[in-house]
Amino acid sequence: MGETLTGLATMAAVNPVPWARSQMAFTLAFHIILVPLGVSWAFMVLIANYRALRKDDRAALVLAQRWSKYMAVTFAVGAVTGTVLSFEFGLLWPHFMGTWGEAFGVPFAFEGLFFFTEAIFVAIYIFGWRRLKPWTHFWTGVPIVLAGVFGSVSVVAANAWMNAPSGFTANAKGEIVDVDPLAVIFNDAMPLQAAHMVVAAYLVGGFLISSVYAVGMLRGRVDRYHKLGFAIPFSVAAVATPIQIGVGDTLARWVYDNQPVKFAAIELVPTTSSDVPETLLGHLNEDGTVTGGIPIPGMASWLSDPSTGRSTVVQGLDSVPADTRPTVLEANVVHLAWDVMVGLGTLLLLLSLWYAAIWLIRRRAPTGKWFLRVAACSGVLAVITMEAGWVVTEVGRQPWIVYNLMKVEAAATGNAGVWITFIAVIVLYLALGVTTIMVLRSMSRRFRRAGGFADIDTPYGPTEKPEPAETVESEP
Amino acid sequence: MSTAVAIVLLVALATYAVFGGADFGAGFWDLTAGGPARGAAPRGLIERSIGPVWEANHVWLIFIFVVTWSAFPLAYQSITLTMFVPLTIAALGIVLRGASFAFRKSVVTVRSRRVFGGAFALASVLVPFCFGAIAGGIASGHVPAGGKAGDPVDSWLNPTSLVTGGLAVVLAAYLAAVYLVWDARRADDTAMAVYFRRRAVVTAVVAAVVAVIGFVVLSSSAPHVFDRMISSWALPPVVLSVLSGFGALVLLVRDAARGARALAVVAVACIIFSWGVAQWPYLLPESVTVSAAAAPTGTLVALLVAVGVAVLIVLPGFVLLYVLDQRRLLPEEGVEDAADRAAG
Repeated sequence: MGETLTGLATMAAVNPVPWARSQMAFTLAFHIILVPLGVSWAFMVLIANYRALRKDDRAALVLAQRWSKYMAVTFAVGAVTGTVLSFEFGLLWPHFMGTWGEAFGVPFAFEGLFFFTEAIFVAIYIFGWRRLKPWTHFWTGVPIVLAGVFGSVSVVAANAWMNAPSGFTANAKGEIVDVDPLAVIFNDAMPLQAAHMVVAAYLVGGFLISSVYAVGMLRGRVDRYHKLGFAIPFSVAAVATPIQIGVGDTLARWVYDNQPVKFAAIELVPTTSSDVPETLLGHLNEDGTVTGGIPIPGMASWLSDPSTGRSTVVQGLDSVPADTRPTVLEANVVHLAWDVMVGLGTLLLLLSLWYAAIWLIRRRAPTGKWFLRVAACSGVLAVITMEAGWVVTEVGRQPWIVYNLMKVEAAATGNAGVWITFIAVIVLYLALGVTTIMVLRSMSRRFRRAGGFADIDTPYGPTEKPEPAETVESEP
Repeated sequence: MSTAVAIVLLVALATYAVFGGADFGAGFWDLTAGGPARGAAPRGLIERSIGPVWEANHVWLIFIFVVTWSAFPLAYQSITLTMFVPLTIAALGIVLRGASFAFRKSVVTVRSRRVFGGAFALASVLVPFCFGAIAGGIASGHVPAGGKAGDPVDSWLNPTSLVTGGLAVVLAAYLAAVYLVWDARRADDTAMAVYFRRRAVVTAVVAAVVAVIGFVVLSSSAPHVFDRMISSWALPPVVLSVLSGFGALVLLVRDAARGARALAVVAVACIIFSWGVAQWPYLLPESVTVSAAAAPTGTLVALLVAVGVAVLIVLPGFVLLYVLDQRRLLPEEGVEDAADRAAG
């Protein structure tokens, strides 16, 4: 053990790059779970709030109010983990920021703007329940929804710029001498990538929140409160899923056109050719052969460009020098992540269709045991799908941090102490993750203990009597 | 153009100091409030006072980062490479602080509240110290030019940094105490008003002492900054800071909390302004000027446009938040106080 540690420490002292990459990957993977909640939860809260005000629906009011309290916790955690990322840009990738900050930084100026708006109105909405007028209060939630969408579009614009750098002129020494901010923000990759992320936020947020209520109903708490708590977010997710698959498909074609090497890693194409099969699972070997998995003949070619069908030529990994393409390990990671994203995405689509079919036939949300069981898993599955999609984007770009312009190695800090901060970050974040879940659970237990709607004390609210306590008291 | 962006940056720094700084200071008072029973009243006041606003105040920091890395990327590179350690501590401290503050009001038992409260309070002291130390390190020329790393230890643990770090902690505590006097008065809590008034007066004196020590240290460690502070446009804010600081003290003693609050804000903001003007024209004294470090015009224009939009969109929201908060239209939404529960 001691020797292993010393060995690790020596390795760390020699090369901080793997540690910097791991730390960034870890903190981003953590933060990205909170993003969908930050972006989409407010929208669902407002649906419940609207319903409460319009239809005098007490269960919806309770839902909106409790959701907004949970949202406050996840928003706070998202805000601090997001702040860490802004520290890490400089701490882990100082040379990247030094060289490209003037271009890469531009979208963040606008992200800051939207985040500011979001933080302000989240505070007003959450703290305003008791004293603001009902509809005034409702409207203070709307800026949260808008700022969430525009904020994530801005952040993704920065990431998209790393995939499709544009909007600047460099001199002979590689220094940026001219920046066109609009071309930086509206880079080629931005519209599709941003759409993919925003829809993902609604999809993941919807499945994640509804899955909690699916669990509650499976535990026998089938009441109006739980039905509503399930139906609102699940409907949002069910609408988002087919849209997401359309956007994702278009984005994949964009990658085929603009980042052919990434596309080769996604589809596991070692050499340039036509009639490329779509390989489900399987892996690439060091000698450039692909083994295992289920090949569907010609499918990758056909999907890349249906107009030319199976004769579409797909550029292979070997079309560029070895040091400018993903390693075999990275290619396998990208391919597996791609399969996971597409596979689970398809599963979620089927689940959405199941839900829609029951709605159309019976005019109500399905409450069958098997449907609820699958729906209870959908939250975690949606998070895994999103994480896999993010792996495809980030690992597929390797070894470039700025596509075809700067390598990750050149961007990273030379600071040998990164392995220490990485360990500190892991410890802190694990504690943070566990505590967040514990706090949310303790809140829900407390709401349940409070019984009925006892914790609600708003000057406004429906006049009807609350439903009998035994049917509405519970929270999953 | 680069001057305009530098002014924006300075204003953002001053705003972060007077809004975000006070939140950190509240954490300091939380730390020193004593056991659960004795500290219940001040902690309750602190909780209600910063609950709705701390997240919005926190965004100024992100704004400062964004402007620095976009407008002055090479200088940002040098700063992050050199100040790796205090920046890391600050980042971890911010996670600890934000999360535990949010958690504290959502949990019920005294034990878990103490854990989160302790983390919140400790981080509230560490983070402003690190930021102050970084500022001191920059002012005293410890950050090299050209996107290179300076000394990882000496750059932020030198005499200037220690004084500026200490000053940041004291000023944060001072601001918080002054704000809390006013908040206590509005809540008709005479005991708390007296409690924080005493602390405001003490920290005002301590801040004055640390500031004087800072001047002495600065004269030997950062002569450029010191010289400009006593002979250039940096002098008026210094004088204004001293006068308003003194005025705030008089008003505090005479129990005029509202006026004291305004003067305290002026006093602290003026310290930041005087620092900025005294460093002029350098971004990193005395090697990199603001204009030499600046990004291409396109980037600067984009930043100024963002600021313009912020004035139109964010500022009204920010004002609305503070007006609602000051009119007590945003009551605390947490659970009942842990101490009440323990007592009952």
